[in-house]
Amino acid sequence: MTYIAKPKFQHPGIKKNALGYSHRDYEGKISTLCAGCGHDSITASIIEACFELSIEPHRVAKISGIGCSSKTPDYFLGNSHGFNTVHGRMPSVLTGANLANRELIYLGVSGDGDSASIGFGQFAHAIRRGVNMAYIVENNGVYGLTKGQFSATADRGSKSKKGVTNTDNPIDLVGIALQLGATYVARSFSGDKKQLVPIIAGAIQHKGAAFIDVISPCIAFNNHAGSTKSFDYVREHNDAVNRLDVLTGRDPIEIDQDPGTVQIVEQHDGSRLALRKIDADYDPHDRLGAMTFLQKHSAQGQIVTGLLYVDAEADDLHSHLNTVERPLNRLEAADLCPGQSVLDKINASLR
Amino acid sequence: MSQQAPLSSVNDFVVRFANVNGSGSASANELFARAVLRHGVPVSPRNIFPSNIQGLPTWYEVRVTEAGHLGARGGGTDLMVAMNPQTWDKDVAGIVAGGYLFYDSTKPMPSTKFRDDITVIGVPLTAITNSTYNDPRQRQLFKNIIYLGALSALLDMDPKLIEQLIGEQYKGKEKLLSSNVHALHLGRDWALQNLKCPIGLRIKKADKVGDRVFIEGNNAAALGAVYGGATVCAWYPITPSSSLAEAFSNHCKKLRHDPETGQAKYAIVQAEDELASIGMVVGASWNGARAFTTTSGPGVSLMTEFIGLSYFAEIPAVIMNVQRAGPSTGMPTRTQQCDLIACGYASHGDTKHVMLFPEDPAEAFEFAAAAFDLAERLQTTIFLMLDLDIGMNQRLCRPLKWDDAKQYDRGKVMTAEMLDEGREFGRYLDVDGDGIPFRTYPGTHPTEGSYFTRGTSRDRYARYSEEGAVYADNVQRLLRKFQTAQDMVPRPLQANASKPTKYGVIYFGSTAPAMDEAIGLLESRGCQLDRLRIRAFPFHSSVASFIAEHDFVYVVEQNRDAQLRQLIVNENGIDPVRLVPVLHYDGTPITARFIADAIGDHQDQIKVTPLRKAVS
Repeated sequence: MTYIAKPKFQHPGIKKNALGYSHRDYEGKISTLCAGCGHDSITASIIEACFELSIEPHRVAKISGIGCSSKTPDYFLGNSHGFNTVHGRMPSVLTGANLANRELIYLGVSGDGDSASIGFGQFAHAIRRGVNMAYIVENNGVYGLTKGQFSATADRGSKSKKGVTNTDNPIDLVGIALQLGATYVARSFSGDKKQLVPIIAGAIQHKGAAFIDVISPCIAFNNHAGSTKSFDYVREHNDAVNRLDVLTGRDPIEIDQDPGTVQIVEQHDGSRLALRKIDADYDPHDRLGAMTFLQKHSAQGQIVTGLLYVDAEADDLHSHLNTVERPLNRLEAADLCPGQSVLDKINASLR
Repeated sequence: MSQQAPLSSVNDFVVRFANVNGSGSASANELFARAVLRHGVPVSPRNIFPSNIQGLPTWYEVRVTEAGHLGARGGGTDLMVAMNPQTWDKDVAGIVAGGYLFYDSTKPMPSTKFRDDITVIGVPLTAITNSTYNDPRQRQLFKNIIYLGALSALLDMDPKLIEQLIGEQYKGKEKLLSSNVHALHLGRDWALQNLKCPIGLRIKKADKVGDRVFIEGNNAAALGAVYGGATVCAWYPITPSSSLAEAFSNHCKKLRHDPETGQAKYAIVQAEDELASIGMVVGASWNGARAFTTTSGPGVSLMTEFIGLSYFAEIPAVIMNVQRAGPSTGMPTRTQQCDLIACGYASHGDTKHVMLFPEDPAEAFEFAAAAFDLAERLQTTIFLMLDLDIGMNQRLCRPLKWDDAKQYDRGKVMTAEMLDEGREFGRYLDVDGDGIPFRTYPGTHPTEGSYFTRGTSRDRYARYSEEGAVYADNVQRLLRKFQTAQDMVPRPLQANASKPTKYGVIYFGSTAPAMDEAIGLLESRGCQLDRLRIRAFPFHSSVASFIAEHDFVYVVEQNRDAQLRQLIVNENGIDPVRLVPVLHYDGTPITARFIADAIGDHQDQIKVTPLRKAVS
């Protein structure tokens, strides 16, 4: 068997969060990805974000598609239900799951092949419906499991490990997400945990479609000269618009607070996002501005990271459908079945 | 052609309305069918419409049948209401000798456009309409009611019963009510004053309808989904299934809103495609909601990847497949029973799926509701196999019934309490020997019962594994589960011939009404057949027994490749030569005449031919 369980031993002095959980409680099985894979760093950031938010691990549903990235939900939140669906179809499964029980936290994990190619349609439609989720794309521009083919996010002119030049234009999922109405849009880099953890935490807190594109170099097939998704390339071309802290309202988690440069963003659920702006002119409430900013920097070969857009008043698919507060999966015959008396009336109308 | 005596028949004839799509004729034509029902005379109507939106031909055929034959009759039209110049020649040609042609005589037509072996009835509909109404849309709509009025006089119908129906339809809308009644009498009075009424075909009051209801299969199935507790519906529009999802939506709007908050106790999503619709169903069901999708053949093709996941990962799903003629786009508005193989074995790898075959709207209601219990009980995909003939036509059937004491069977769900009691949980453990494991819903327990669902191979505790023995253990259990399903699905219904016979017939679904009638026709030819109506796949053991008890058995179905016969041979190891296919697949509903002719001719043949040669 290729499955490897983690030992359950915990050091008695290990740090605990408000619920008494340690980091170990947010971990999963041991990763079978290549050593040094950016995806494992994202896994670590998800674990950190959930720990910091004091989420009950089993209240998270983690849903993925197919690919290296989609294997990762097995490596975090071991006490959560996970669902490794089919290639590119995570968004529809997550949408259905969310409709069934609005009380859980939905973490969608996908890859660039999964979301930008085979699942591009599902990605787009889940975003436009405003499904309440944190949708994370672990973006390495390459198909790792099938050994190195370009994905649809690979930049034009970038080279594969075999030296083939990509002649197709890339799809920028962040730009698409902004256009389709995502109410929380961010990009980060797997190697920048300081930035990524609060971005993930913010996405989890956000009520609505939150999308995070995480550039995550593939150590095996896309970490070479000529790649625009390598560690070196991203470090050199990263232009962070802001740093982000998440304040839950009761117990602020602040990394490096500087009152002069912090912007508080009130969220719909009462939590607050504090944006530490690097670019003094950047306004994360301006969707159009975010799109322009993204395009401008993209034209200059720069990768913009940080929280690019957030709508503090966002609502979600359940609001649009006006569904009851009680999860649909808990409704019983007494709630759902109109009974024979109603059927009698219906029968009478059919004669 | 020589002059033919006009047809004479009371309560037993076929009227066909030829109209133009979008002309508003559908409601008037349906009013005619319902008016016949109000006379206590059964009807069996069928919509016949090509795949188009507006402007092209459409037909509505009403079989008036005091004997209660609900299958299509076939064999031509007794009274043609020819309102579409485009199809005039075909419509006139389709009238039986001695039949009647009803047409708009406002403009003179050359004699070559008529036949001399039919009775021609001209009513200047356009002239009457134009002299009464100025508004073009009113002229179009009321022309339909005017011809209905004229027909009521020609067929000796009671106008009060039609007025009553109009009154019910436009209750609270007095202006519409009175204007429709006025139009009805315009046509009726003109006919009474200018034509010889009644003609040889007549509607006479009877008492043959009883308490039966008149409903489309799609509508009934949608009600079944409401009563069965479906809370999530994800669908993608496709003929002929769209009206099922739309009916579910309409019923939910009336029946499923919290009276205090106005909030919905359901969620309906029109998905971006069939892949997403079944994906949402799988996601919702995985999370413990009752979910379904509606589709037709091309949609099933797109869904097969998820159907494989549902089967292998053991996630409940309900798919209501309203079949149409295939393959590919096929004939989108024509009926067939052609998706049995595609659904029964959907997806790659070794898969088998449960299918339910309702015969009429009443069973569509019952089976739709039962599908959710079965899906959760078996943790797999359940197909409700409707077809256009049931789905999009109104049919008389027994009243819809529900047992208020019934509780939903949520299947083997392990709760937090059960986990706290120390119950062992292995997602794919066969604890009861029936092949059905326990599942937990996401979020059940902080430390116990969580598992990782995947389409890849895994062991009994849901741990990824590519070990051959582990894989084989799992798929063998899935087979065991499918065998368990045999005794959970609706059983076949057997009806024996009035005399002992060596021959049997197997049929299913929308073929049933035609078969009921065909048995009578065959008996009049001296052919006796025992009948078995199959209502589900996997097949109950009584199917094999029935075949064993007869020298050979006809298998009647509406597809080219004898798909039910293939399934029976494949699943039961039956010698194919013992199953004689009777196949109808031109897209029209199968008729009793077709069945009786095919079986009768074969029976005549075996009287003079050795059995094995005759059936091969």
